[in-house]
Amino acid sequence: MVEPGIKPASAGPTGDRVRSDLNVVYEPGVGELTIELTSRVDYLYGEAIEAAVRRVVEAFGATTGRLMVSDAGALEWVILARAESCLRRAGFDGPPVLPEPATGSKAARHRDRLRRSRLYIPGSQPKLMVSGGLYGADAVILDLEDSVPPAEKDAARVLVRNALVALDWGASERMVRVNQGAVGEEDLAAIARYNPHTVLVPKVEGVAQVQRAAAVLADHAGEDAALLMPILESPTGIHHAYEIAAADSSVVALTLGLEDLSAELAAPRTTEGWESFLARQTTVYAARSAGVQPIASVFSDIADEEGLAAYVRRERGLGFDGVGCIHPRQIPVVHREMTPSAEEVERAVRIVRAAREAEERGLGAVAVGSKMVDPPVVRQAERTVELGVAGGVLDAGWDDSEN
Amino acid sequence: MAARLKKNAAGRLVPDVVNGRESVPFRGVGKHRPDGCKAAPRIASCVDFPADGDKRAGSLREAFERVGLGDGMVISTHHHLRNGDAVANAAFDTAAEMGLRDLMWFPSASFPVHANQIEHLDSGVIHHIEGSMNGPLGAYCSSGKMRGLGVLRSHGGRWQAIQDGEVHIDVAVIAAPAADTFGNANGLSGPAACGLLGFALADSIYAEKVIVVTDNLAPFPCLPWQIQGNNVDAVVEVSSIGDPSQIVSGTTRLTQSPDRRRIAELAARFCAEAGIVRDGFSFQAGAGGTTLAFAIYLAELMRSAGVTARFARGGSTQHMVEMLDEGLIEYILDGQTFDLDGVRSMASNPRHQDTSPFTSYNFHGKGNFASMVDVAVLGATEVDLEFNGNVVTHSDGRLLHGIGGWQNCLTARCAMLLVPSFRDRIPVVVDEVTTLCGPGELIDVVVTERGIAVNPRRQDLLDAVAGSDLPIRPIEDLKAELDRLCGVPATPELSDEPVAVVKWVDGTIIDTVWRVD
Repeated sequence: MVEPGIKPASAGPTGDRVRSDLNVVYEPGVGELTIELTSRVDYLYGEAIEAAVRRVVEAFGATTGRLMVSDAGALEWVILARAESCLRRAGFDGPPVLPEPATGSKAARHRDRLRRSRLYIPGSQPKLMVSGGLYGADAVILDLEDSVPPAEKDAARVLVRNALVALDWGASERMVRVNQGAVGEEDLAAIARYNPHTVLVPKVEGVAQVQRAAAVLADHAGEDAALLMPILESPTGIHHAYEIAAADSSVVALTLGLEDLSAELAAPRTTEGWESFLARQTTVYAARSAGVQPIASVFSDIADEEGLAAYVRRERGLGFDGVGCIHPRQIPVVHREMTPSAEEVERAVRIVRAAREAEERGLGAVAVGSKMVDPPVVRQAERTVELGVAGGVLDAGWDDSEN
Repeated sequence: MAARLKKNAAGRLVPDVVNGRESVPFRGVGKHRPDGCKAAPRIASCVDFPADGDKRAGSLREAFERVGLGDGMVISTHHHLRNGDAVANAAFDTAAEMGLRDLMWFPSASFPVHANQIEHLDSGVIHHIEGSMNGPLGAYCSSGKMRGLGVLRSHGGRWQAIQDGEVHIDVAVIAAPAADTFGNANGLSGPAACGLLGFALADSIYAEKVIVVTDNLAPFPCLPWQIQGNNVDAVVEVSSIGDPSQIVSGTTRLTQSPDRRRIAELAARFCAEAGIVRDGFSFQAGAGGTTLAFAIYLAELMRSAGVTARFARGGSTQHMVEMLDEGLIEYILDGQTFDLDGVRSMASNPRHQDTSPFTSYNFHGKGNFASMVDVAVLGATEVDLEFNGNVVTHSDGRLLHGIGGWQNCLTARCAMLLVPSFRDRIPVVVDEVTTLCGPGELIDVVVTERGIAVNPRRQDLLDAVAGSDLPIRPIEDLKAELDRLCGVPATPELSDEPVAVVKWVDGTIIDTVWRVD
């Protein structure tokens, strides 16, 4: 007998052009469950693929019907995710079936760290995730929002969760962008326990959305809850920028999305960006005032490296600490342009040294040459030194000679 | 003569008889030196040819009849028209019309367009193929349907086999984008312009009979004569020798694949850090996605370091031509022209020289250019923990690619394989290559998106890049990461029935390709 509430289902892309992914189809039936597998790599991984699918089947207690798996060289974490999504769609329920964790999956979360570049990766495309940690971005964003079509939100959530577990994201901060509203809360619940470092919350317009996201994350991960980066994408959001930045202690950065903002303003996005000038300035002021990092929007023309460089220089000049990237080739350009000049770094090093000396000698005031230096200037100098080291204009051991 | 399988110096089982001819198992790099005299065609006398130099035949069939093509003979063709070639197919269609049987096809390479020959294999017109077999022909050979054994040779190995008499060509059919009635020919103009005809040069000298086929006949003299009419028996004019859109591409686009770009950039930076990129150096790069990107990153590094290369070898592309025009490269020694910019440059720039496998790769030459190149970047389907490389078969043992100049280029001072660490779950870095094409002692560096493995035999390179921020890691370490990411692969079962052999550059047999069902 077909179990009540169980229906036909499919997960994963189909067609001849699919690579590194798979499709799983479930058909209810009365006989004992059969698994039919076709795979481009069956001669190497046929047994491994079937074993992975069986793990999910057993966890979900599916005992009848047919499972048809068409594989095009998917890695195991993808197979597990697609099988799980298929069975969930068919009406079965079960626990998350997780892949073997990568050594890097436990990488520590840091509140204060460089966020010069953040690379967006669509949450429904496993092929693009596999190498995401190799490009040296300060952060990688597994995106569940705009890059995932509505009908794939459930499956992307499972893929992203498995990617957080199975893949090594290198030195990149592990970020996830969730959806708005109820879908977003399901996203948060699905990923909270798998060490997302920072969650991007879209279209934030007030304090409540930030606090709600923080609460959901805390419900699932307790002390280990992820940090937050609210995205301002509307005039209302910009209007409440400071309250949003200061809404919760888990907020570490504030960013803005210019595409949606321009649409709401009825002012198309231009290269010069005057239509969003106030929004960008407001974001910087609000973030600095709340003690969090201001982060700029993405630059969408991947072929225009010079345009990107000019964009980064301008945003950095407005006070932003980083920009978004939609292709790995943008990352080195962003890092280069976010790096202060050798002269800036040299001046910053003098200030930092003077400050340390003053501290050692118990002096309240810091002097460089004949000029007195205030604490905010020292903090900025420390940041410049850090950026200089990250950008390769200053040796990481620059102050060893002092000791 | 029944073949027995023997273990060669690389530990691979190879047949000691191939297509009725005794073969030498691989003996090690540089260990085999055949002696005797070079092979040669029968003596010709000019009085047997038209005094006015007009050697035209009315059709390919008339030309075949004139030169006496018969059952069991060897016909050679060439791949300078790549997937646009119409001449190799026409040759065997004509042979079939003439009722000929058991011919051996000796192409310098085959392309998907040559799937046409499968019907001639099935019908018995072609007995077997000695040359690269890709796509449908590769599948045909892999499945054991061909009557003789396939023999895969490098571009240099083909010249070697012709010169030392291993293959004696009865009739060479040379597709010529431009030719005169005497048989002088080149690839520089006409609707099927492809650049150069170097792959046909040996055949024009050593074949018993030579037929030039052209769709762009000029009055004598056709200059430059990349193929000399004095070696040619007959000239056939046809309406088209090939499809220009499949011969050269209009533009060569840089790959957008982040992984490939990363591999290319790491390789270029490796060359810079290792001190290879210095004034007067030389390099070889092809037109594949990753190697083209390599040349682009290399050009950037050369510009910023103010360094120029004395020469670049290999397939020329728009990008290579731009480097030549900019002065980053002093000379291009071109073995194969990939786009129209390359063709134009070769026709007009004296620093853009056409070459052949004789100058570049031949084992029986008194030296060749390949070993004089500072760095060569190549692809592969697999590379193993001993740095052995495979370029002809897929991990399931199926024939996929020809060798091309790949084996020959391994003698460069630094031979680098630029490969993804895996392709759609199939590991490229493996315990042991499915088919051995290049011995690990010649493969110096493996560059993947997950790091760079330097052959431990090259301590000099390891020392040179020590202290750089390049991701240098032992190959075992890369393999361990793949085992975790992809899973440990099963070992596919291969049959014990040979369908093809892979020759080393010296004519010995380095490995066997087995039947796959």
